[in-house]
Amino acid sequence: MRLLLEIALTHVRGRARQTIVSVAGVTLGVGFAIAMAALMQGSQDEFVTTLIDAMPHVQITDETRTPRTQPAERAYAAVEIHGLRPRDDPRGILNPVEALAGLRSWVPGAISAGLNVSGVARYGGTDRGVSILGIEPEDELRVSKIAQDMTSGKFSDLVGGGFAAVIGDSLAERLGAGLNDSIRISASTGVARNFKIVGLFHTGVVATDETMVYVRLKSAQVLAARQNAVNDIRIRLGDPDAASAVAARAEELLALKSVSWQEANESILEAFAVRNIIMYTVVAAILVVAGFGIFNIVSIITHEKARDIAILKSIGFRDRDMRLVFMAEGALMGGLGGALGAGLGAALTAYMGTIEFEFREATEVTHLPVTWNWIHYAIAVGLALATAALAGYLPARRAAQGNPVDIIRGAT
Amino acid sequence: MSVPLVEARGVTRILPLTVPVRLVEDVDLAVGPGELVAITGPSGSGKSSLLYLLGILDAPTSGEILLNGEKTHAMTSDQRAALRLRGIGFVFQFHFLLPEFSVIDNVAIPMRRLGALSGREIEARSADILTRLGLADHMRKRPEQLSGGQRQRVAVARALANDPPLILADEPTGSLDSAASEQVFEILSDIAGQDGKSVIAVTHDTDMAERMDRRVHLIDGRIVSDERRRPERPTGRAPGPGAAGIPLE
Repeated sequence: MRLLLEIALTHVRGRARQTIVSVAGVTLGVGFAIAMAALMQGSQDEFVTTLIDAMPHVQITDETRTPRTQPAERAYAAVEIHGLRPRDDPRGILNPVEALAGLRSWVPGAISAGLNVSGVARYGGTDRGVSILGIEPEDELRVSKIAQDMTSGKFSDLVGGGFAAVIGDSLAERLGAGLNDSIRISASTGVARNFKIVGLFHTGVVATDETMVYVRLKSAQVLAARQNAVNDIRIRLGDPDAASAVAARAEELLALKSVSWQEANESILEAFAVRNIIMYTVVAAILVVAGFGIFNIVSIITHEKARDIAILKSIGFRDRDMRLVFMAEGALMGGLGGALGAGLGAALTAYMGTIEFEFREATEVTHLPVTWNWIHYAIAVGLALATAALAGYLPARRAAQGNPVDIIRGAT
Repeated sequence: MSVPLVEARGVTRILPLTVPVRLVEDVDLAVGPGELVAITGPSGSGKSSLLYLLGILDAPTSGEILLNGEKTHAMTSDQRAALRLRGIGFVFQFHFLLPEFSVIDNVAIPMRRLGALSGREIEARSADILTRLGLADHMRKRPEQLSGGQRQRVAVARALANDPPLILADEPTGSLDSAASEQVFEILSDIAGQDGKSVIAVTHDTDMAERMDRRVHLIDGRIVSDERRRPERPTGRAPGPGAAGIPLE
């Protein structure tokens, strides 16, 4: 094998300029493939992380995926019901205390029960539609990152007594209100109360910052005119990837719609999957193009070295020895290009990670998101090696199959 | 004659071109251990083609080639390559040395491919062969730094590397001046008979052919005469696995 490698090396050295060009092609292909993968993966990871941080991993609401079975349907085989309206519409999770106790017994994470009420916030003659979320601040802090998003006041000040609210900074700006101001919140039930602003937050999600109002659960129940009502259970898990399984089990136990963060963002995750397929297809195409360079140079070498092939075969080298020589040449170029490309990819990734830019509406400086993942390197270098080996194999096979006598006759 | 070292039985080789070309036709030839055989004939008479067939570098269209009485027709390409590696040394009209390798490295190639000796042993044996062929001062040179005669002697050294019992030479002096030709002929002549080695050489040089043990003359691919000038040489080596020691894989 060492002899075959030596022969391969002499051939490659004999075509130094073309070899450098071929290796450069592979290097660029691998380098940019790695950098592109790092950027794509980085943006995806950052997006998913933001998503996971911004929303509960599992959300249980007082809805069902299919309408409840009516007693008449249970009693008769053929029943058709039109215009069904309950006598009363007590929306909310039945027996929330029992439901929460049941969940706490097996869910590997924090749970927060809440009440969503829609309403209007008024301050100084300005009205804004708002989404009021009643929560227990202690529980809420365990399931969301709201504490990190606070720009004024403290989220825990909600427990200070009286009617207190924490609102988005954009909403406060629209209302013209500030910290410690008192705004009047009217719920859709007609109940209205004055709430003191004890905190402002900025999540970066416009819809949240412009409409969300956090109040204590009891306050929300007053606004909804429903004591002890809960219509929203939010769960934060230690392992976000377990959300689908937890949601499925919760739905089975409570018979209420339980949505994991993956389900809630299914279309976005699908878009990422499609984007990844496109990216790896482009990467493969780049490396195949680089492989053409190797194919070209190995073809030239096999043509130039036809006489040597004939002589080596006359000495007693086997066809597969000759194939190995030329495949080794392809692999050498692919390996060298792959190694240099990995270095280039790492350098490009590091450089991109330092690039800073500012969004017009955000105050913070943002870096290009990049992810360091050895799988990107393995895929790019592996593809380069495979392409190079194939690019070497095709001319090598042809060269090895040639009849040495024809070549010797031609040479003499 | 003992079991022939190499034997052609009814060998015909036809090139399958648009108009098929008969290179060798119905040739019967047996060469025993220790013989120095000249194959002569006009250009296009099939001399080289016969040599390649005897060296199992090419396969006959019909008939069969036997080495040590062993039929080669059914052998795989790998088996034939192994047989060439251990049992046959080729010398061509043009030296056909690998230009990127030094003289000693060229000679070492067959031994390294065989893998029977250590690196140090290969180096020592290569140096020994080159010294015996008068090339002791040129071992580290590249082929392009040598004269035509010296290169051809290196080619002979390479053919001898694995100590094969059969040396096949295709016009070994065809591109050399008379002095270099004489040197190469003397070397081939010396080789023949050593340890039962046989040398079959294709040549246009009638003087050289006259000085060899046996002369096989071809016209239009057929043997028209097979003259033995000297009796068979005694072989100096006891036959190995085959009659002339060609080890079969």
